[in-house]
Amino acid sequence: MPERLVPPAKVSPIDTALLRPFRRLGAHVTRALCRLGFAARFLLATLGHIGTALRRLPLTVREIYFTGVLSLVIIAVSGLFVGMVLGLQGYDTLQRFGSTSALGTLVALSLVRELGPVVAALLFASRAGSAITAEIGLMKATEQLSAMEMMAVDPVARVVAPRFFAGVISMPLLAALFSALGVLGGYLVGVRLLGVDDGLFWSQMQAAVNFREDIANGVIKSFVFGVLVSWIAVFEGYDAEPTAEGVSGATTRTVVTSSLAILGADFVLTAFMFRG
Amino acid sequence: MSAQAQFSSAAAPFVELTDVGFAYDDRKVLSDITLAIPRGQVVAIMGQSGCGKTTLLRLIGGQLRAAHGRVRVGGQDLAQLDAAGLYALRRRIGMLFQFGALFTDLSVFDNVAFPLREHTDLTEMMIRDLVLMKLHAVGLRGVHERMPCELSGGMARRVALARATALDPQLILYDEPFTGLDPISLAVIGALVRRLNEALGATSIIVTHDVQETLKIVDRVIFVAGGRIVAQGTPEEIRTSAAPFVHQFVWGEIDGPVPFHYPAPSVRDFFLPRQHA
Repeated sequence: MPERLVPPAKVSPIDTALLRPFRRLGAHVTRALCRLGFAARFLLATLGHIGTALRRLPLTVREIYFTGVLSLVIIAVSGLFVGMVLGLQGYDTLQRFGSTSALGTLVALSLVRELGPVVAALLFASRAGSAITAEIGLMKATEQLSAMEMMAVDPVARVVAPRFFAGVISMPLLAALFSALGVLGGYLVGVRLLGVDDGLFWSQMQAAVNFREDIANGVIKSFVFGVLVSWIAVFEGYDAEPTAEGVSGATTRTVVTSSLAILGADFVLTAFMFRG
Repeated sequence: MSAQAQFSSAAAPFVELTDVGFAYDDRKVLSDITLAIPRGQVVAIMGQSGCGKTTLLRLIGGQLRAAHGRVRVGGQDLAQLDAAGLYALRRRIGMLFQFGALFTDLSVFDNVAFPLREHTDLTEMMIRDLVLMKLHAVGLRGVHERMPCELSGGMARRVALARATALDPQLILYDEPFTGLDPISLAVIGALVRRLNEALGATSIIVTHDVQETLKIVDRVIFVAGGRIVAQGTPEEIRTSAAPFVHQFVWGEIDGPVPFHYPAPSVRDFFLPRQHA
């Protein structure tokens, strides 16, 4: 459809030229708001199928396998390396102040508060979010969703809800795994490689990391990120243009929008959780 | 009596459209569509690509809502149905999509079992028997363990046909069932459409532009052009029709009411604008 930006006949050409950018801006904002509204209604419709997702557990479990279990390798390897880098960098900085014994605290707090939830969510968006969008988008492009509707089966209940809830369940578990392997990576580098005292590493960590303040908040963060990434992924797939170009664009949008949403939400959550 | 009145009075209509119009935003696709399809018949809706025939099929299946007019299927007015009512009606409808639309993550067996598992409480043993019977009816019992990506285009469409008829529908909708098939697959699908309609006592609507295969198997043909019904009749009436559009379409003539050239400025204006000015 051509855009309806043509002004009424009586407006002079100068007015038209001046107003055009504002009209364009208005059209963009209106479109974005419409899409956001549609996405919010879509989320509500998906949440309404929580009963179906629980009742038909095998469907959700199958999606947990595809989104969660198949993301294990990338999450585990990344967690280990991030922890090892933290160990190296932390040791280098802490030894200037003679406090390398605090390395365990530094590694653990960095991971459970920030890096675990955020980096795991970014990886999850790239690995699983993009796959969910591409799968749903291609199902739409090949009329599989229409076929389902014509068989009197609601695609939101059968296709979208299991993938959404699988993502929400998997994300905190993956973030926890990321943090755990990160701590192990920090231990390997700090204690085994650089010679920090074993007992100090673990005891300082144990004393400094608070379950409610640090670990629970980290889990809450990863849960919020799980909702955001899964929501964006299923919505982009469902709303994709049913063409090859449309699906590729939707997949890209999932990764970009999810990443920005994760970082933005992280700032807001951190401001509320750790404002001192 | 007009052709349409004869058509309507042949038997109680299963599908009835009265003065139906539809537009995508402000682009009109269909207008003043009035037709009645009696129970038990196989009816083809034919016309050029983009003439609105698939839209017509989607209106009958309730995937689109008419902008005005009334669509009745199985005695129910689609505009009056809520989502649950529409889904209840669709359990009595089977639809074959252009390229089958098989679920690519499920095997052939699970594809055909899908509607049975979703809508019935049958035991797995009974589902197994039913699925194999449905696949046998389309000649593909031997491929029940394969995945859709391992099937040819014609086979995929036959499996989709088995899936569409799994719940013994009263109405079967076919969206371009003959597109892209070799002559053997084409004849097989054509024969299956007729045979399944008779075996199930169903009503079938085929949207297509494959003239010769369609005229062999249907009871009636409805021609759509420019979003309106321009002609209808039995295959014999259509073959011998003198109406210019029908004649051009059936015999595949290059020029006629549908011109060879898409409307454009005159050749002179197009190639010699300066000289002309």
